[in-house]
Order: sequence, then structure tokens, then C-alpha cells
Amino acid sequence: MRFLFKTDYEDDIRLFPHSGYVFSYGTLLVLLVVAPFVLSSYLVSQLVFVCIYATVGVALLILTGFTGQASLGHAAFLAIGAYTAAYLQQFNVPFPVYFLVAGLLTGVVGALVGFPALRLQGIYLVIATISFAFIVEEILARWESVTRGNEGMRVKALQLLGTSISRDSPTFYFLCLAVLILTIVGTLNLLRSPTGRAFVAIRDSETAARSMGINVSLYKVKSFAISAAITGFAGVLFAHKLSFISPEMFTLQLSIEFIIVILIGGAFSLHGAVLGAIFIVMIDPFLTYLKDDLPGMIAGVAAALGAGSARAAHIQDSVAAFASANGLKGAIYGVIIVLFVLFEPLGLYGRWLKIKRFFQLFPLYKRATFKRQKIYVKSERNR
Amino acid sequence: MLDFVQQLVSGIALGCVYGLIALGFVLVYKATEVVNFAQGDLMMLGGFFAFTFIGILGLNYWIGFAGAVATMALFGMLAERVVVRPILGYPQFSIIMATIGLGYFLRSVAGMVWGTDDFKIETPFSQGVLRIGALVLAYDKLSVIAATIILCALLYLFFNKTTLGTAMRASSENMLAAYYMGIPVKRVVSIVWAISAAVATCAGVLLAPITFIHSNVGLVLGLKAFPAAVLGGFGSIPGAVVGGVLIGVIESMAGFYLAEGWKDVAPYIVLLAVLLLKPEGLFGLRMRKKV
Repeated sequence: MRFLFKTDYEDDIRLFPHSGYVFSYGTLLVLLVVAPFVLSSYLVSQLVFVCIYATVGVALLILTGFTGQASLGHAAFLAIGAYTAAYLQQFNVPFPVYFLVAGLLTGVVGALVGFPALRLQGIYLVIATISFAFIVEEILARWESVTRGNEGMRVKALQLLGTSISRDSPTFYFLCLAVLILTIVGTLNLLRSPTGRAFVAIRDSETAARSMGINVSLYKVKSFAISAAITGFAGVLFAHKLSFISPEMFTLQLSIEFIIVILIGGAFSLHGAVLGAIFIVMIDPFLTYLKDDLPGMIAGVAAALGAGSARAAHIQDSVAAFASANGLKGAIYGVIIVLFVLFEPLGLYGRWLKIKRFFQLFPLYKRATFKRQKIYVKSERNR
Repeated sequence: MLDFVQQLVSGIALGCVYGLIALGFVLVYKATEVVNFAQGDLMMLGGFFAFTFIGILGLNYWIGFAGAVATMALFGMLAERVVVRPILGYPQFSIIMATIGLGYFLRSVAGMVWGTDDFKIETPFSQGVLRIGALVLAYDKLSVIAATIILCALLYLFFNKTTLGTAMRASSENMLAAYYMGIPVKRVVSIVWAISAAVATCAGVLLAPITFIHSNVGLVLGLKAFPAAVLGGFGSIPGAVVGGVLIGVIESMAGFYLAEGWKDVAPYIVLLAVLLLKPEGLFGLRMRKKV
């Protein structure tokens, strides 16, 4: 185990505390750069979605994970970013301009949502953000002169520096990756600045933060604006990747998916957003794969265990029927969420930390290190 | 004028359904501070059980109704035991996510078991109308209104007059203190979930003639009932019903008098406006933490 001796504040807030970080993140970066030339185009396309979801996940982490303000309305911010891009693109506005405009506009909307949210807490905030998302969805469907309503809008290929970047090209993947990395580095810098510390203070105790002289309202609005703006940037990429957007893509379902990203990844660290995004994006192809191959595998096992071939075929058929049943995906989704909340509330990144700590401290690891405290006294209504 | 009254009554009937689902939210919240996002899905499941008992097994309506309520009460206890009890005491956000997951699960399983079609339950009052002058009121809507008033009154009395109700309120204020006072907190929580699932089932069965039962009905109506509970101030039983009725009336008025598209959004706009002025809802209590 490596011990870090910190002698001044600079040591404490360093982005790369020691050379191991540089090595591991450098390797990861090299792998990600090589990826589009090695992997199949389908996987690269999934990686693009991972980048977009992870960007939104980071945005949501700033608001929910670090400022403690729950939001079930991030699909609306994504929609505003996507529609701004699609609308401005019609007038041949260059990509860098509408990319920035989309982010700024979404940030302003986020701040506007942040104002009413100032007085709301917990469950009231959740419902207020849901209401906001519904209203945005309805506006997108009704404001036909701008959004073309339920017909949806086509998004042309991205034009940058005089070349057209198709949504399946490696260049588009690099663009998304660059946005994700910039977002993560920017967020890391934000979190070690006074603003980020104020966010965390508000999350831990609003009253205490206020008595420390933090302008709670200002920082809450800031947090909303920053989170919304990042989501808006992701929205532009989302629109380009899908090349077609319509209001029914940005439903509550999508907002819940974003929350699941940070929940499954681990809502206490930026790693969580990335891991959660990988999980959410990859679960679909994985389930499809299981659906196609699992029945055969189970029949093989049954045959190996001595069941007759007719019986094995019967088992294969019934498993296949079960696996292709309508809505099985939703059930698996639900079970996964419940299992994570019950057994791994720190998410995938928490699991990784536990495994890492186990080997670092090998014979001395204690389960209680990561145990969360249950509080039966505090009532969330009294705060 | 006649149109107005007609819309008002159908809005109130719809609102009572929202109110009934919202009652379930409020009951669970009052006793455990858990916000149960799966409440709408419990209602859907209750409706499906009633449909199975009445429509498929051919039981008498009232027996089927009672059977569905009893089954769902047990199911509520089971859900509490498996999903909620292990995470009581953790931050509210984890519990919300767990119930969202439970909702996903119930919706999909119901879709797999009963299919994705719309189902209708034959009720003794699904036919026939009450005429007062030129006003025409369908019995199924009136039955919803009557049932809501009765259930609301019963629950209000239960919470404020019985020992068990007082125990529930105590454990919602402070579980640990309630436990020290000799209240069996775990059993209380379990019973609350049973009651709230039973109330949800009543909503589902009464609703069946009006909107039909399908696997997504819980999500659709749950998302309307939720603002109703918030509007009334989470944690207030009369508030939930008043909030539900307000949402229902606003929806039906907006659908009738305003342009298309306002119907679905109007309740949310009103909700946001109310939350801006009164962040704790219409009947909520403002509490402050001491540090």
C-alpha cells in the first residue's frame, strides 16, 4: 500500500496525487484512442452513447451527487440542447456556435428552474423537476413552428472545419470523447474550487453551510445552471448521433435512466458516472445476446446432466419463450435497480473501491469500513 | 353552465381517483417517510387481481373486490418486507430509487402475466345514470366519489382516533423514539404498507370501468396522483384528496375550455405555481431543523 504524505494544500487538491494515476489514466486514454480502429462499428457506436450518457451523468452528479438536489428532469435539459442544435442548424449556423449557444441557453433555462427550486426540498423538488420536464415535453410537441411538433426534426451531419463528420465515423467518436474528458476535467477543477466546496457543504447540511457564510441560493442556482449547461452540450451530440429527434424521446423514462446511471455507477465520485453509463448502454446488447444464446446453453447443460434430448429441446423452447416474453427487459431493469439499492448502495465504483481496499489491506480488511450509518432519528421533514 | 357542472363533476370523479392513489402515497409517507413511487403500480396490480377474480374466475363483484383487497394487502406487506425494510434509515433518495425499481418490475411482470391489452371489469354500477334535471351523472363516477369520501373519512378517523394510528404518526416523527416508547415500529410499517396497498386496490377496482386496466395505467395515473399528493402537502390525508380533486378539476376544465395540449400540462403548471408560493403544499406543515 502506498502512503501519501501531504505537506501542503496543493498536495491535497492535486488532480493526479501520484504517478500511478498518470499511468493508469494514460493507458486508459491510449486504449480509448485506439478503440475505434480495433472495435466493430457497432461497439464504437455504443461507445459514443457511453460518452454522451457519461457526460449527462457527470452533469447530474454535480447537481444530485455533490449539491444534493435531486432532479428527475434532466431529459428536458437534454431536449433543449438537442432542439437548439437542430433549430439553429437549419440556418447554416456553424457547429461551434450552435454548440455553445445550446449549452448557454440550457444553462439559462437551468438557472430559471433553479430559482423556484430554491425553496423546495427533497420530494417537492423531485416533483417540481418532473413537472418542468412534462411542460418542456409538451411545449416541444406543440410549438410546431419551431420544433415541428410530433413529426420530429431531422439533424444533418455535423459540419466542422469545412468537412462533414458522419455520426458513425471515428471522428465523431473522438469529438464525444473530447467533450466527455473536458467535462470531467472541468468538473474536477470545479469541485476543488471554492464553488465546489460550497456545493458539498450545501449537500451535507444547508443550515450549517448558511451559517458558514455560504450564499445557499446563489450556489444552488449555479449548480442547476452548470448541470443544465453540460446536459445541453451532451444534447447537441445526442441529436447528431441519433440524426432525428422527436418529443417522445425525452420522456420521464430517460430522466430515470440518467438517475440510474449515477445510482448504479456510484453517486459519490465522477468514476461512477462513467461506469454507470457503460452499464446502462451495454445492458441492452447484453440482454439481447442472452436472449439469443441462453436457451441453447441451458439446453446443453440439461443434456449434459442426463436429461433426454426431447426433454432438453422442450427446456430450450420454454426458456426461449420466457426470454422473448414482452417486457422481460423492464423486469430485469427493475430487479437490477432494487438489488443495487439494497446490496450495493455505493454502486459499481464503490464495489471497485472495496475490492481494491481488500487487496491493499489483504488480511486486515474490515467490512465495516464501507458500512453506511442508518439514521432513524432524523426526519427529512425537519430540516 | 350545464357544461360547466358536467365538467366539474367528471373532474371531481377523476380527481377522486387521483386522490385515492395519493392517499396511498400519503399513508406510507406519514408512517415511514418513504415516498412510494410504485403506488400507481400497486393500484394497477390490484385492478388486475380484481379482474382475475371477477372477470376470469367469475366470482361475485363484492367477493372479488374483497379478495383483491386482501391479496394486495398481503402483497403490500411482502413488498415492504423485501424492498423497503432493509433500507429504512437510509437517505430518502435510495428509497425513491428502490420503489421506482419495484414499479418497473411490477409493470413488466403484469404485462407478461396478463398481456398488454385493456381489460374491463363488469361492475354493478357500470351501467345507468343519475339524472338531475338536464344533468346526467354516470353511476360509476358517482361510486368513485362516494368511495373516496368514505375511505378518506375512515382513514382520517383511523389516524387520529385509534391507538394504532397514533403509533403510526409517532413512528413517522421519530422511529427511534417511537421504538423506545414500546411501539413495534417494524410491524407498524408493515401494516401501513398493507393499508396503502389496499387503498390502491380500491382505487384500481373503482377506476376499472372508467379508464380500463392495463399494465401502464399505474404509471400514467401515478404521475398524476403524485402532484396531487404534493399539492395537498405530502403527509396530510385531507390534503391528498383536495389535491387530487383540484388536479382532476383543473385537468377536465383545461381539456374543455382551453386549446388541445393544455389538458395534460395544466395540472403541472398549477402545481409549480403553488409550490412557488407555498413550498410545502397547501396543507403541509412547515418544520425547521435545529442545528
